[in-house]
Amino acid sequence: MSFAWAKQYEPKSAFTKWIDEKLPVPRLVYNAVGAGYPVPRNLNYMWNFGVLAGFCLMLQIITGVVLAMQYESDTGVAFASVEHIMRNVNWGWMLRYAHANGASFFFIVIYLHIFRGLYYSSYKAPREMIWLLGVVIFLLMMATAFMGYVLPWGQMSFWGAKVITGLFGAIPLIGEPLQVWLVGGYAPNDATLSRFFSLHFLLPFVIAGVVILHIWALHIPGSSNPTGVEVKQESDTVPFHPYYTAKDGFGLGVFLILFTLFVFFLPNVLGHPDNYIEANPLSTPAHIVPEWYFLPFYAILRAFTGDLALFGVTLVPAKLLGVIAMFGSILVWFFLPWLDKSPVRSGSYRPLFKKFFWFGLVPCMILLTICGGSPAEEPWVILSQIATAYYFLHFLVILPIVSQIEVPKPLPFSITEAVLGSDDKPGSMEGGGDKPGKVVKPLPGSDPDGSLAPAE
Amino acid sequence: MANSGADMGGTATADPNMLDEEGVRRRDWIHIAALSAGGVAAVGAVYPLVSQMAPSADVLAASTTDVDLSTLEPGMAIKETFRSQPLFVRRLTPEEIAEADAVDVSTLRDPETLADRTKEGKKEFLVTLGVCTHLGCVPLGAASGEEKGEFGGYFCPCHGSHYDTAGRTRKGPAPTNLVVPEYQFTTDTTIRVG
Amino acid sequence: MTIRLAGIIVGLVITGILVLWSLLPGALNYSAPEKPDYYAFKEELIEPAGGFSFEGPLGKWDTAQLQRGYSVYKQVCSSCHSLQYVAFRNLQEIGFSEAEVRAEAASWQVPGIDPQTGESIMRPAEPTDHFPMPYPNKTAARLANNNAYPPDLSLITKARPDGVHYVYSLNLGYKEPDPELVEKTGFETPTGLYFNVYFPSINLAMPQQIYDGLVTYPDGTEPTAEQISADVTAFLAWTAEPKMIQRKQTGWVVLGFLLFMTALAFLSYKQVWAGMKPKKK
Repeated sequence: MSFAWAKQYEPKSAFTKWIDEKLPVPRLVYNAVGAGYPVPRNLNYMWNFGVLAGFCLMLQIITGVVLAMQYESDTGVAFASVEHIMRNVNWGWMLRYAHANGASFFFIVIYLHIFRGLYYSSYKAPREMIWLLGVVIFLLMMATAFMGYVLPWGQMSFWGAKVITGLFGAIPLIGEPLQVWLVGGYAPNDATLSRFFSLHFLLPFVIAGVVILHIWALHIPGSSNPTGVEVKQESDTVPFHPYYTAKDGFGLGVFLILFTLFVFFLPNVLGHPDNYIEANPLSTPAHIVPEWYFLPFYAILRAFTGDLALFGVTLVPAKLLGVIAMFGSILVWFFLPWLDKSPVRSGSYRPLFKKFFWFGLVPCMILLTICGGSPAEEPWVILSQIATAYYFLHFLVILPIVSQIEVPKPLPFSITEAVLGSDDKPGSMEGGGDKPGKVVKPLPGSDPDGSLAPAE
Repeated sequence: MANSGADMGGTATADPNMLDEEGVRRRDWIHIAALSAGGVAAVGAVYPLVSQMAPSADVLAASTTDVDLSTLEPGMAIKETFRSQPLFVRRLTPEEIAEADAVDVSTLRDPETLADRTKEGKKEFLVTLGVCTHLGCVPLGAASGEEKGEFGGYFCPCHGSHYDTAGRTRKGPAPTNLVVPEYQFTTDTTIRVG
Repeated sequence: MTIRLAGIIVGLVITGILVLWSLLPGALNYSAPEKPDYYAFKEELIEPAGGFSFEGPLGKWDTAQLQRGYSVYKQVCSSCHSLQYVAFRNLQEIGFSEAEVRAEAASWQVPGIDPQTGESIMRPAEPTDHFPMPYPNKTAARLANNNAYPPDLSLITKARPDGVHYVYSLNLGYKEPDPELVEKTGFETPTGLYFNVYFPSINLAMPQQIYDGLVTYPDGTEPTAEQISADVTAFLAWTAEPKMIQRKQTGWVVLGFLLFMTALAFLSYKQVWAGMKPKKK
């Protein structure tokens, strides 16, 4: 493991010794989420969402496998089989509501996890790989959620499938054959439903695999922390167990309380009434909107209303521009570690970045969500265009420039100092600043305190 | 599920002076309580996952099957469906009745008389489930021309169980007689099973 | 450095395309959407005095009301609207005894097969049968109803925004259009449609069905139009979600336990961290 002072697993009984020799799973767990994983002592509640996301994935897999025992992926009976689950299967209503709302809660958790990463720049070296794998997980989640929403074969399922597969039709030349191939026909049909069911069942296990890589990559440099200063000494860390297992246990309790409120008292507020109408290929609902967690990207898709034309020649049609922008809006995250070159990680020590984050990116995402759920008419169109423009400017233009010109606030010497103050510091003898409470002022572009140096 | 975080052993934070006689820190009870609550929650969450596999309400709903016997000739049998299982209704000939009555009940593996297995005054109508009591195959003998076994009733080809004209197990591995479901005569010639 | 330069260029290009080809033309031709004329007639959904007994986290079914609602469905709605996800056996959940359910089922005719001839016939329903479709197929249903398909009602209160109040209101929403507004907008109800202030497009293919005294209730409840509409709405809320009350009651048990568990987890968490917390100056 990463730190010299990490505790070593010591099997005590003869049995655990035997297991440790043959298949050291207890050792693996001990080092991954046990006392053998030293974690910064100053993590705030925003660091709870990784464990919660893992819990959500398990929740979805367990309820999903069970629902698959009752569900029929045949367009003739799919809708009725969902009603069968709701009415006849023992606890079927609870399992289905838990699965449907579980998807929403999974996205709530994952968005908080992502925006934690964005604010504290968790994507920066040495943690680029963790971030990249995280974006892969997010893309897989979107695909899984989309295909899952098609399975009840309601009106929104059908028209969502039609519209989203229609996006591929925008690709020049191969678009239309590709769309027909994806759907297995000219409109969503039995073949579509069966393949979506199959993939919806498969992808969560792929996600679980990438999650293992994500956690593996995390354990190489260790967790980041709210100051962004790397761990330097043993007093900067506490063992994951019991300190963070206890904290995550409490966080899980709070999460479950909120989840319960939705599953048992508001099970349909996050869904759409039209999906309780069986799919009808001859009639489109008045307002088709995706599930709430796709709304920002849906708004970006719809923001491009004009063809890119010069002198009357259409170079790129608006539909293709929208599709490129929508996929680009997520792909841009892959380049974040190299777009933002500020030597300081934490947004708390980056005054300019912080302003753009709270007064730029966050309102922009909220506005995009609202626009995505509104009908395609003014003023929503123009607002979504402004927000989309800001979205791309933020990541591609503002972040690189801000990281160049910003003067960061002084960083604490160490995590211990940040937590305990510099009076009773165990480790501020060297380089911790000339006076207690005062710390090294980093120069822009320089390496202020080794915060970008990889952990040993 | 809900317990992953709640578990923790004793920690360095408790005051060693608070050790009681057993050596357990008094404040550890809160960890044990939290962990136990998590365990209860996990068991509670498993319950619906397990119980969803039990028969659903539509399967459990008692359904009935009406059978019209007016066209059933002596010596013939009809196959019907009752709660997704085969149902045999057989009209016995006088010889078959005599054959069944001639058996000494005490020698049977599952002692029952033909009268026990039919309705009063309707002794010639034998209503049974067409499910072998050994491992659930459908016995032969209901359709005309099928093998009826050594005792002239039903024969299960899966493992060679022989039933007599009253549907009683006589030879082979079947432990009990063919099951007679609940039914009653709604008219002289129709029955309602279930 | 190259990545950042490329990022800035790509970002500016995307924004440029968006602003020059989409935002500016749109802004120059900016026009707020005009609501169609009929929006002037729309009214807010209404609810019965005192609301419905099953609403809110502590709601309960009023089985007497559900049974009245069932009789309204049977006598009025069922001639055009199906209830395909509900079986007669489910009526036991709204307070009918097993024998009553059997008798009630037998009063409905469902498609069956004559065991003597093998021909399709209508037979009395069994408790395990589902409510029958009023028309042999969708085409017949359309033809009989001025080309408008009467929707299945099993899920109707979940399939419309604020469905419970929508169904209650819609039944009572047949009014004369405000003559002043009619004059102002030149509004006219198309032939074969009926004016209803709660229907999304104001003009509905279903004529008014519910009137004062339309049915008589054996329990002596006065059959005003409001009462009948409330009863049938309650019944349809039950058909849409028969497990609603069980759901809420389970929710309280789960919630109570989780609060207890989380409180313990919090104390445990504080216990673990005692002494580790910052003593900030």
